[in-house]
Amino acid sequence: MTQLALVIDLNVCVGCHSCVTSCKQWNTSSYTSGSMTDLNPYDEDPNGTFFNRVQTFEVGEFPNTDTIHFPKSCLHCEDAPCVPVCPTGASHKREKDGIVLVDYDKCIGCGYCSWACPYGARELDPREKVMKKCTLCVDRIDDETLPEEQRKPSCVIHCPTNARLFGDVHDPDSEVSVAIRERGGYQLMPEQGTMPANHYLPRYKNKITIHEDELQREDNPLKKEGHLPDPGSRASSIEDYSSF
Amino acid sequence: MHPPFSMVFATTLFGIGQGLFLALMTLQTYSNMHVLQIQDGPALYGWGAVWALAFLGVGLFSSTFHLGHPERAWRAVSQWRTSWLSREVILLPVLMALVFVYGGLQFMGWDIMFTAPGAPIDVSLSFVVGWLAVIVNIGLFVATGMIYAAIRFIQEWRCAMTPINYILLGTASGFLAATALATVMAPGQVGLLQDLTIILMVVAIAGKFAHLWRNGRIKYKSNVQTAIGIRHTKIQQKSMGFMGGSFNTKEFFSHKSVGFRNAVRWGFIVLAFAIPLITIIMTTNTTALIAAVVVMYIGLVMERWHFFASANHPQNLYYQTVG
Repeated sequence: MTQLALVIDLNVCVGCHSCVTSCKQWNTSSYTSGSMTDLNPYDEDPNGTFFNRVQTFEVGEFPNTDTIHFPKSCLHCEDAPCVPVCPTGASHKREKDGIVLVDYDKCIGCGYCSWACPYGARELDPREKVMKKCTLCVDRIDDETLPEEQRKPSCVIHCPTNARLFGDVHDPDSEVSVAIRERGGYQLMPEQGTMPANHYLPRYKNKITIHEDELQREDNPLKKEGHLPDPGSRASSIEDYSSF
Repeated sequence: MHPPFSMVFATTLFGIGQGLFLALMTLQTYSNMHVLQIQDGPALYGWGAVWALAFLGVGLFSSTFHLGHPERAWRAVSQWRTSWLSREVILLPVLMALVFVYGGLQFMGWDIMFTAPGAPIDVSLSFVVGWLAVIVNIGLFVATGMIYAAIRFIQEWRCAMTPINYILLGTASGFLAATALATVMAPGQVGLLQDLTIILMVVAIAGKFAHLWRNGRIKYKSNVQTAIGIRHTKIQQKSMGFMGGSFNTKEFFSHKSVGFRNAVRWGFIVLAFAIPLITIIMTTNTTALIAAVVVMYIGLVMERWHFFASANHPQNLYYQTVG
């Protein structure tokens, strides 16, 4: 079994929205997704379809805060709740590689699958009236005319900080599996039991622990110049003050 | 959730149509068991079937407005193994066809008696078709309720009370409509229908209050910590990633204040519960009962609106602030 997925490294995501725009550009021009509608793009109350968003969260209280840029797209759940609810079978999970897809010719636009997704990963296209979602750029992955290194989702190729990894999470030695294993990759809303295939790598900060006494060298030669403690006349042996 | 009016009208109209048909079959079953003497039965059943069919038909018409591509709706029969929506799409036309045949048999007088006169139960063709329709009818109630109860992420709906309330509220409103119809068509049966309606309404009101009470005590499974997977007590969204609208900001929020939702709740408690119950207890006047049906229907529309608007979708955790 293959399960293609993204692993998103929150540690290096800088929130530049490059994945958002490259996704929109590729998918609105592709033959598999149709156009991704923008209503009133330059007017009041714009409204549009995106497969991917970068959100920003602030963790902690000022002044001890962390800004987390959080890219969010379809997680291609292994137990995808949006698939069994579809009345027409338009929403399906591809056998070959576990990508959750919508057949736009079968979709009746009832919106039921979007209700059944706890992550809000599906958007009803306001003009084409069918449900749309991240396809992991199947048209790139399947396109054998592309050079091997370009058969990846558009967002992965365009990420300037390499915050998005792509691969088979069922292969224990793949780049994504190693990253999840060794860097604490986690899933979103694990309590909902959807088993998302996409994982997120947490923030980490390099830290070194220094204890107070480590700041003072025991054998600091400068001390020899200082005032030495007086052992007093009652000191019994030289060991009591030899360390000074 | 944003209440879709197509669904609000469809589910309430299906309920009243289905309940009306169940009332007819209750009368016919008692009559065929010789418990009741119904004069001019076929006319009552026939006209009742016409009204039930009208409610179901208008509901079906309303439900098509919910679809982006109603011309492809026939495809929705394919996934009955997994999807409650698909099951509803199959059961509704089957019920309408059976009610149509039932009404036709009554009107045209083509009913064939299968049992000899004097049998404990008179089994006729319309009786068999009617009971098939009752089974499909209950299946349709369950399917409609389970469409909502099957979504495990929306905890307000994920509850046995959801399909139970669809059944109880639909049946109560249908029995009220049947009582109003009987005052014109079969005055002798009004007393029985009145009593049954009062019982159903009391049970339905108790069921709805139980659901409201249960929904007031929900402990939500997901929160912003699990949504983005960061363990900290203070997490604030600073940007949802865009400043315009999207499907996510329109479909999953009611866009109405808590005060407005509570006002609607009081509205349906008065219109769908109090006024019709008091009316049917006090009087069996035709005009008053028709008015009670209309008032109860308006109340049920408010009840269904509130049912949608009070549901909390976990995706809203990702759309707390524009930025």
